[in-house]
Amino acid sequence: MRRPTSSGNSPGQITPEARPRTLDAAAAADALLPLHVRGVCFDVAGRRLIDGVTFDLRAGTRTVLLGPNGAGKSLMLRLCHGLIQPTAGQIEWNNGGARQKGAQAMVFQRPVMLRRSALANVEYALAVSGCPRGRRKEIAMGVLERTGLARIASRPARVLSAGEQQQVALARAWALEPQVLFLDEPTSSLDPAASAAVEKLIAAIFASGTKIFMTTHDLGQARRLSDEVLFMHHGRLLECAPSEAFFAQPRTPEAAAYLQGDLTW
Amino acid sequence: MVGAGTDPAGGDRAVPAAAGHGFVWPREWWPRERWARERWARAALILCLHLLAAAPLEAGERFLTLASTTSTENSGLFAHILPLFEADTGIAVRVVARGTGQALRLARNGDADVVLVHDRESELAFQREGWGVERREVMYNDFVLLGPSADAAGIRGKPIAQALRLIFNAGARFVSRADESGTHKAEIRLWRAAGLQTPVGSEWYLETGSGMGATLNIASAMNAYALADRATWLAFQNKGQLDILVQGDPVLINPYGIMLVNPQRHPHVKAEEGRALIAWLTSARGRKAIAQFKVAGQQLFHPYEP
Amino acid sequence: MSEIYTPFAAAFTLIERLDSDLMEIVALSLGVSLTAVILSAVVGLPLGAALALFRFPGRRAVIVVLNSLMGLPPVVVGLTVYLLLSRSGPLGAMGLLFTPTAMIVAQWLLITPIIAALTLQVVEDLWAEYGEQLRSLGSGPLRAVPTLLWDGRYSLLTTLLAGFGRASAEVGAVMIVGGNIAHATRVMTTSIALETSKGDLALAMGLGVVLITLSISINATAYLFREFTRPNYA
Repeated sequence: MRRPTSSGNSPGQITPEARPRTLDAAAAADALLPLHVRGVCFDVAGRRLIDGVTFDLRAGTRTVLLGPNGAGKSLMLRLCHGLIQPTAGQIEWNNGGARQKGAQAMVFQRPVMLRRSALANVEYALAVSGCPRGRRKEIAMGVLERTGLARIASRPARVLSAGEQQQVALARAWALEPQVLFLDEPTSSLDPAASAAVEKLIAAIFASGTKIFMTTHDLGQARRLSDEVLFMHHGRLLECAPSEAFFAQPRTPEAAAYLQGDLTW
Repeated sequence: MVGAGTDPAGGDRAVPAAAGHGFVWPREWWPRERWARERWARAALILCLHLLAAAPLEAGERFLTLASTTSTENSGLFAHILPLFEADTGIAVRVVARGTGQALRLARNGDADVVLVHDRESELAFQREGWGVERREVMYNDFVLLGPSADAAGIRGKPIAQALRLIFNAGARFVSRADESGTHKAEIRLWRAAGLQTPVGSEWYLETGSGMGATLNIASAMNAYALADRATWLAFQNKGQLDILVQGDPVLINPYGIMLVNPQRHPHVKAEEGRALIAWLTSARGRKAIAQFKVAGQQLFHPYEP
Repeated sequence: MSEIYTPFAAAFTLIERLDSDLMEIVALSLGVSLTAVILSAVVGLPLGAALALFRFPGRRAVIVVLNSLMGLPPVVVGLTVYLLLSRSGPLGAMGLLFTPTAMIVAQWLLITPIIAALTLQVVEDLWAEYGEQLRSLGSGPLRAVPTLLWDGRYSLLTTLLAGFGRASAEVGAVMIVGGNIAHATRVMTTSIALETSKGDLALAMGLGVVLITLSISINATAYLFREFTRPNYA
């Protein structure tokens, strides 16, 4: 962020008064999480792309999903988010699977901006999630100010730089105050400065009480942004460990090779 | 956002719907406040309704619909006499110009109040079947046989029956309207009177299935023979090398009759206005107006004296 | 040959004189076709978008029919509307035959399939790009209809222009249901047909030049509008 606001940079300063719903969301997080993924498989045209994956996703941590290309990371994220349905196995939210609008959000590798202003993009997400018309502008503007994007609020979202677009996408997701935020390689098409801005934003969103579940190819980023690591390879989940332990001493040869940069496929 | 779908939370500002009312404003998807705010939407809706409603905007005006033929419309006769009628009676006449066959069909369907055509046989049949009443003969003009001035078949100045036989024997190109118009029906009668079968199917006999003007355009472009009414021919501006080759034969007389569409069959027919038009056209004033209409100094229609 | 120049001379004379008959005809042409386009948009845009977004049995068949209807012959539409509105037809009591309303109905029937089919294409392409994001936000197909129509507005403007072009250029349908009645239902195309049948080819072409000029101005206006606003929204 080129012109960081006080609150945007230091999540600790985000006061409960400014964001009353955050506390509610944090308090309710237990209702949605943990997410239980049980023996999930996903086939496309007879090919098994996800094969018997089982794990739990708990509130209050940042989980990073690692693995070489083709491991099935993006698919796993979409399965959890509900964009695609598993061929076999169960994905169960703690609250019984009722998919509340706005309770979970996702940021994609390439942000999809609607052909309207950055502010209107955020307002749109709020509208879809059922936020009352009269409150949308105020909430959207508040999020853009927190994220240091107020200066581009009225600019057409589609002509913003890739980094700015991704930040708007994050702001759009944050505006919903989701209990879980999925991020699919959010910085892979960004330059280092923009990546740093996005990382700060992710940290801020986490600090506000949102569970982070993301994939990345950037191991440095994974170290900075993870509390625990899931490692996938060829559609199977091979490791699930606290991040220090994983990076210090991977248990499987595939993970070790991946960390050494030997395993790209 | 355009027409932004449902807004479940919009209800938190909405006044509770009054119970007992038959119509409840659909404030769920278009709350009043939004209606007030989105002026453009309101403007567009109003514009739309306005345009639709504006369509029959002269509903208060007094008018009748006259189904008639292209010869009377295209020659400019109606443009000359109908304003005089409107000035006298305050009734505007809306002319739908079709061939005689189509004009009678419109009238039979009740889509016209009065019909003015030129095929006595069909007119009498129309009356016999009860579709038309109060028929009067209004005026006449005559048919002329046109052809290239070079006249390969050599028909110039011949009686019509002989001229048609010459064309038939020479296999000279002849363009027929073939649209059941008065002119087309007259043409069929003339072939028959000449002792010939209508040469449908002959290579040299072209059926256009179109109006007089379109048929003349084709005849002009192909230097072909054709039968036309004199009025349309005189007013026609794309004569090319065509010329009148045969005229003046008594069988070429082309009488126009007018009828009111039977109001007992079609109660919506504007009988009063229709009768006014029929009376006016056959009155001294109407006859004078018809006689005074001239194209290139030539009188085109001759009113019948009562 | 002067023949090729006479139409332009005729057109110029018509415009220069500001012939009141011509103005009336132009106004009616624009009024009828614009109304038809607006009404077609009201139906065709949501219909096309819905066909792009909803999956239901028989959807492919509907799309095939819709695409075929794009080539609907105006004369057939005219005849159909005539049979409906004729005093002997089911809607005869409304007395709409030979009125501008009847012409609007005919043109509406003619261009609604065009607008719907082109909208279907535009929205399908947009959905390919937006689909995941919108579903992630919790937007179902119904909610996506207005969103994608609004986001596709620049492409859809072209769609509406295509509809307007077809409506204002057709003669067969309005001739049958309008009747080409002077001062009531005479529009540009039926006037051209009339002058042609009178053999006044120069005047007919002159009217043609006026019609083309109008069409070019409308398209140019729309194009400029697009060019000046679109860069803001990429």
